[in-house]
Amino acid sequence: MADDAFFAPTRRSLLKTGAAAGGGLFLSWGLDAHGAVADEAAGTLNAYVRIAPDGVVTIISKNPECGQGVMTMLPMLIAEELDVAWSQVRIKEAMLDEEYGFQSAGGSNSARMNYDPLRRVGAAGRQMLIEAAATNWKVPAAECAAAMGVVTHVPTGRTRSYGKLAARAALIPAPDLKTIALKDPKDFKIVGQPARGFDSPKVVRGEPLFGIDTRLPGMLYAVFVKCPVHGGKVKSAELDAVLASPGVKKAFVVKGNGEFNGLADGVAIVADSWWRANKARAKLQVEWDEGPAAGQSSALFAQTNDRLAAGPAQKLFHKDGDADEALAKAARVVKADYSYPFLAHATLEPQNCTAQYKDGKLEIWAPSQRPKPGLDILTKVLGIPASDIKIHITRIGGGFGRRLMADFMVEAAWIAREVGGAPVKLLYDRPGDLGHDFYRPGGFHHLTAGLDDKGRIIAWKNHFVTFSDRDDPTKAAFACEASAADPPARLVPDVTVEVSMMPMGFATGPLRAPRYNAIAFVYQSFVDELAHAAGRDPLDMQLELLGSPRLLPFPPPEDQIDVGRLRAVLIKVAEMADWGKTSLPPRTGMGIACYACMHGYFAEVVRASVADSGAVKVEKVWVAADIGNMVINPTGAMNQVQGGVIDGIGQALGLAMTFDKGRPVQTNFDGYPLVRMPAAPEVEVTFLITDNPLSGLGEPALPPALPALGNAIFAATGRRIRSIPIDMRLLKA
Amino acid sequence: MPYTLNINGKTRTADVEADTPLLWVLRDTLGLVGAKFGCGAGLCGACTVHLDGVAVRACRTEVSAVGARAVTTIEGVGATPIGRKVQEAWIDHDVIQCGYCQAGQIMSATALLTKTPQPTDADIDRAMAGNLCRCATYIRIKSAIKQAAGLTPRLAAPPVPRMLAMMSTSTKGA
Repeated sequence: MADDAFFAPTRRSLLKTGAAAGGGLFLSWGLDAHGAVADEAAGTLNAYVRIAPDGVVTIISKNPECGQGVMTMLPMLIAEELDVAWSQVRIKEAMLDEEYGFQSAGGSNSARMNYDPLRRVGAAGRQMLIEAAATNWKVPAAECAAAMGVVTHVPTGRTRSYGKLAARAALIPAPDLKTIALKDPKDFKIVGQPARGFDSPKVVRGEPLFGIDTRLPGMLYAVFVKCPVHGGKVKSAELDAVLASPGVKKAFVVKGNGEFNGLADGVAIVADSWWRANKARAKLQVEWDEGPAAGQSSALFAQTNDRLAAGPAQKLFHKDGDADEALAKAARVVKADYSYPFLAHATLEPQNCTAQYKDGKLEIWAPSQRPKPGLDILTKVLGIPASDIKIHITRIGGGFGRRLMADFMVEAAWIAREVGGAPVKLLYDRPGDLGHDFYRPGGFHHLTAGLDDKGRIIAWKNHFVTFSDRDDPTKAAFACEASAADPPARLVPDVTVEVSMMPMGFATGPLRAPRYNAIAFVYQSFVDELAHAAGRDPLDMQLELLGSPRLLPFPPPEDQIDVGRLRAVLIKVAEMADWGKTSLPPRTGMGIACYACMHGYFAEVVRASVADSGAVKVEKVWVAADIGNMVINPTGAMNQVQGGVIDGIGQALGLAMTFDKGRPVQTNFDGYPLVRMPAAPEVEVTFLITDNPLSGLGEPALPPALPALGNAIFAATGRRIRSIPIDMRLLKA
Repeated sequence: MPYTLNINGKTRTADVEADTPLLWVLRDTLGLVGAKFGCGAGLCGACTVHLDGVAVRACRTEVSAVGARAVTTIEGVGATPIGRKVQEAWIDHDVIQCGYCQAGQIMSATALLTKTPQPTDADIDRAMAGNLCRCATYIRIKSAIKQAAGLTPRLAAPPVPRMLAMMSTSTKGA
């Protein structure tokens, strides 16, 4: 086409204007995915969208893909408002670039935080394409309409494809994102329809996608040997035998900065293959100063809990009304002690990172859930300015919160700088990955509740025994904090939460649905226990406890929960499972539980049978979910829910990290038995589409699965699960 | 020492120590990174490849033990009719979350269907029990295997949950 040559912009014309816009987004001109002006920049409408002359639309996915489906889901939002056929769309992962604002895979936030802003990005592109066509035709833009990658001049029926308009459209100033008109969701063609994972064809062909697959010319491979006790320091290391090992290029001691989410002390071994680096580890002799955690063990934690629980709590954390007074008046008082273990994230792709330090500049290829804080920590620990650090975000072989941390990035960067020039891939072995995790902390809850003569819960007391920070004994360790607002707070008039803490020297951190993954098990099991103590149906007890639909305060970031939405999912899941209407075989039972977190509302029923040997078989799980007014990608959503539920079931059935002499005991998947196919139940999922802002799905399906299973086991056997993982020996007939 | 290997129908040479696991020869020496490292102990199945069509854990197979047997990896399994059907079923059922384990899952599933073309649920559980999926996509893995076996019709659209409009449950503004 003759006029297409006229449209073609020069590189110079593609100046970055960086127009500030709503939602923290910028539209910028002529930048490709890597922030560089490229030849193919023609047709680049903004930092997210490029349309090639053949109509292929390349959309940047800003957030790291760790299996939660954002790589497909976020571009769906842009494609919808841009109004192109999904089959025309190609997707590229963003690099870390402030252009894209908050780039993170955490908190189930991607859908919630990007639903509106990314739709605006797409709508702006569509408007620019319409204006380009109108200018070309010398007609008012209002007479033009766009759909499925084509602009039409409505009065004359003339059409022009996006591919032919994009170069001209790219020269049009970006419209104001704040005021741009968005589609009515009832007109959506892409959002709300199932879209298969964009990179799945590459995954099934085994193409290199993950951090661990990074390969660069002249690349070396590293292992980093840290003290088996968290926080331990190198006293001395004998490196000669290591250096004499085949393929080893370098071995050196690294002095850490003492921070878990920073740089640990250790010994780096760099070789020409990872196998050789890892093999040389056997010849390494290190004398460690193991530090204070060396005296700690799971047995000590349990003993300390017993002692703390027997005495008065160290501090009163929260008080509504007077639980002691209410307990004195109660018709019945029920006491129970609940506990849960430390857990590892156990991502199947072990922690790894590739780094290259050359001419004062650092380049990183990292499977990171949150690369920006990683950049900040790199800057701090290595003293390299952020402007000299470039971070490529790779596909992530499982996150679950582990890769919110930056330890593996800092270690790789430090080693690469010491090596100098050559790229270095650092890779943990499995014992190193399980042994140097940021564990979901264990915890102990000593509960007392009062029931009135009608079987209603009138008082609730919890003495929570948890862990203090390694460096500040007055403060709870990371992810070990108590909360005042966990339901049934605000649902029961008289509530007391007390806290006692013991020292703990292991790194802890968030694991999928942090805190809720533990507290939901405790509180939702105890409510079920109280229902049975009162001789009542657990669903009736739950609904009565929730009361009428209303908003209740909840811990940040949710701030409030909608009791009406929890009620609705409970009622729905009971209907799905024929709750109370099915007669079940002996030693088979159903349990129900609900929880609201990460802005999502979930109720789940588990049907489980328990063999005479005590072996538990989870037969089926029903899930009713409310994540608001839109499920962006229903097939991905279903996969997240099913996976989250089975993950929770797997935790309850067998997972615990324990410690002895300061050392993690479980070193591989024999000791840390992740759930396998034979134990995975069928999971039936229904979403209630409600008039509420949509929210995300990486996490909130998990918490109710554990108490629903424990409650089912009680229904099957009369034995209450108060400690996980479930000890099946106690369930023998 | 140099080892001559038959990988995906091609002859490849790797000069490595005899005890080097096949996994690291594939990944680091030959650049075939489809087989994944998960545990190094034969416990997770992420490194599964075929030797003469039989699924083995490449992390526990020393290169010196491979000999003349044909090595098939995820990069080459699509050349076999069963492997191609399995890959196709994985896409049809939108199995993948993070995807890290799926190369190993596909290799185990292909080996199963090669030996047992019409597997029962118990056959599938048994053959796949050695492959961990941390994202727990087991439901879809199982249904994809059934499709690849021809036990269920090919899915035109990926699976979706039930969705019910219930606009009245909100207490917003209450």
